[in-house]
Amino acid sequence: MSNTGLHHGFMTNFKIALFKNAAFITVILVFIAFYVFYNLNHPRGFSTAVYIQNSNEVFALAMVAMAQTIPVLMGGLDLSVGAIMTLVNCLASHLLSGSAWQVAFGMVISLLAGAACGFINGCVVVYGRIQPIIATLATGAIFMGIALILRPTPGGNVDGDLAWVLTNDLFEIAATYGFAEGGEASWFVPIAWIPVPLILLVLAAALVWLPFARSVTGRSVYAVGSAEGAAYMSGLSINRAKIAAFTLGGFFAGLGGLYLTLQTSSGNADIPQAGAYTLNSIAAVVIGGTSLLGGVGSAIGSIFGALVLRTISFNFRIFEIDPLLQPLFEGVVLLAAVSLGAIAVIRVKNTLELFR
Amino acid sequence: MNTLNHPGDAPPHLQLQGITKRYGGVTALDSVDFSCRLGSIHAVLGENGAGKSTLIKIMSGVVTPDEGTLQLNGQFKNFQGPAEANAAGVVCIFQELSLIPDLSVADNICISNPPRKFGFINRREQIRRAESLLARIHCEDVNPRSQVRDLPLSRRQMVEIAKALSRDPSVLILDEATSALTAADVDNVLSLLRKLRDEGLSILTISHRMHEIEAVADMCSVFRNGQHIDTFEQGAHNANDIVQMMIGREISAHFPAKRTFVRNTEALRVDKLSWENALKGVSLTVNTGEIVGLGGLDGQGQKELLLGLFGVLKKLQGHVYINEKQVSIKSPLHAKEAGIDMALIPEDRKTEGLLLPMSIADNLGLASLRQLSQGPFINQQAMDKAVSEGVSRMQIKIGSTKDPVSTLSGGNQQKVVIAKWLITDPKIVLLNDPTRGIDVGTKQEIYRLLRQLAEEGVSVLIYSTDYEELIGCCDRVAVMYDGEIVRELAGDDITEHNIIASSLNLDETAA
Repeated sequence: MSNTGLHHGFMTNFKIALFKNAAFITVILVFIAFYVFYNLNHPRGFSTAVYIQNSNEVFALAMVAMAQTIPVLMGGLDLSVGAIMTLVNCLASHLLSGSAWQVAFGMVISLLAGAACGFINGCVVVYGRIQPIIATLATGAIFMGIALILRPTPGGNVDGDLAWVLTNDLFEIAATYGFAEGGEASWFVPIAWIPVPLILLVLAAALVWLPFARSVTGRSVYAVGSAEGAAYMSGLSINRAKIAAFTLGGFFAGLGGLYLTLQTSSGNADIPQAGAYTLNSIAAVVIGGTSLLGGVGSAIGSIFGALVLRTISFNFRIFEIDPLLQPLFEGVVLLAAVSLGAIAVIRVKNTLELFR
Repeated sequence: MNTLNHPGDAPPHLQLQGITKRYGGVTALDSVDFSCRLGSIHAVLGENGAGKSTLIKIMSGVVTPDEGTLQLNGQFKNFQGPAEANAAGVVCIFQELSLIPDLSVADNICISNPPRKFGFINRREQIRRAESLLARIHCEDVNPRSQVRDLPLSRRQMVEIAKALSRDPSVLILDEATSALTAADVDNVLSLLRKLRDEGLSILTISHRMHEIEAVADMCSVFRNGQHIDTFEQGAHNANDIVQMMIGREISAHFPAKRTFVRNTEALRVDKLSWENALKGVSLTVNTGEIVGLGGLDGQGQKELLLGLFGVLKKLQGHVYINEKQVSIKSPLHAKEAGIDMALIPEDRKTEGLLLPMSIADNLGLASLRQLSQGPFINQQAMDKAVSEGVSRMQIKIGSTKDPVSTLSGGNQQKVVIAKWLITDPKIVLLNDPTRGIDVGTKQEIYRLLRQLAEEGVSVLIYSTDYEELIGCCDRVAVMYDGEIVRELAGDDITEHNIIASSLNLDETAA
């Protein structure tokens, strides 16, 4: 099975990595299959316009799915992610105008507000000793109420240039703010087609999620979700891990809300929309290979889970299938994803452990 | 750190004075003084409930004592949790593993203080560190990238040891750390302990394996009933003397008379039952109307035997016969069926025995819902009748059967669990340590009930951590050690000395 020396064979390590990431690899392959199929059948398939439209449609859900992932990894469920997104959306619709500094300040405040909501969730769970699902159901309603106070009716005042460039391709940034020869520079042309939301998505994953996953706190979140007792006995800070999990979740949800503001140039305290985002975020997390029992998975997987969900609706759009069938199909995909996760249960030999 | 070859001369490194710990009305430790030195391997001995586990839980910060002080290296310490104890250099390898199943071996080994680069965990360095620690305990076959979930129990135990070493302890405590290991690994661990001792560590080991203690220990301490009986240099007393020191409890309960006549009709027979590492070919017979006890130290496979009989364990090897017919019991539901008629009083009444927020009546009827219903609906009259019979038979002291069962005392709760199963009218009753944490009065009622059941022709198989109970209650006692039945005792041979000697697998020296 392995070498006798200190170093284990490449193939062994490769197999371990493959097995560990099986769910993650599956969701990526499913997404690629769905998305290529969509583009092949789209009249303007594989074009910049399609990429921009699709990445705009997926960004907010991808953020909310990442937000959901972290409490789920910890063994909880956050029912307030949609509400936090909506709250930040309504707040940002008041703040994203004026001078460049004012807009930048407004963005920072919006993101901090999202993180603060998550921090409150974490404190309620840790110090109130309330199960995450019910704690966030309550705080989610409160966040929704604040959002309604901020924006009783849809509307807002959002910097037009900023909204335009962040929801388009790189070329528009260069053209709008006049660098790289207005987007015509020869070095810039090969990358000019890349949609900005896609870049933001990669940045959120690379600059926030990956460092977190490699930090001691991130490791503790996985440990708490996997075996809370063992994590405590190993001398980890359980409370800090829980609060950090919810705070970072709030931050990601806030990022989604901020983007929604730019995308729609307005704030809208839409209760059904918030609920739909919350439920879809859970679906995306599960399709992305994260275990609802905690301890296994990653936010990157959830991004692909969100992509799969959205790609299903893209396909429904171009094939003009009755949109009433869409929930049915999404349900089938979700069920298939959950069934893959249930395979591990077969290995349990003491059936009493299934109920612990 | 200076190497000390004469442990008797060195000052104590870890010193406990006047430590008392009570759980409810039970005194687990009674003003205990204890100390251990650097450069020494110190074995702690005692039977179940002697206070060994509480002692190490106090040392490692899991439990805070009610009274008494703890000094480490001359300084008073009051550990608030395992993290503080670890930071001070006191590291314990617990019996219930503290590994995170979904993380890799390397993640687990380095969990409390992973190597960092720019503040982030440096995975390459972490794997290198894990590899070198695993090499130190001769476990090169464990891949640091593997998930702990995928490792067999014996490998996990070795990972646990590597994890403890990564914390650079000055006091290393092993709680039955070798019980899950293969023979080759035991040798590795023992030679590692000698090496660490020579490097100046203070090592404390709880083990039930006398030959391992003889092989490595410098000092031995014997505990009994929460009291520190004696500490001596290993070799000063032979195994027989040590067993004598572990005995010595006053008989506090009265037991009903044992059966007077013998019916040798076999009710339950188990033939070479094996499961994972916990059961290694167990064969046992229980006759009709007989009470058979399972003895031995905790964790020798007794619980798994009961769970296996009740259909909880999958991939059980071997055969089970009920009334001389072979059966393969798939689940607790199956075990209740007519023809098998089995009942199991589980180990933990709060999670496996009772639905705490539900009423006493609901709990009593739970195991016999099928008998107490007509079609899909529960027959309330039959239910009421069964409930009142159960209450009066077990003499459960209650206000109303509508009260939640959580309002009852521990003893009455256990009576509800037993009554619930008696309503199913079982022919074979399995009990997993049914009197733990229960008052003496209720205990005696349970003993009388068991004898009464036996006289009615029910077969009883009871695991108890209390030797007195096995001696007073059982017609036969099968003592388990390391997943096997090492000795069966009957009649006058059921003595505390024999049970303890067999529990330690000392039959040759103590017989």
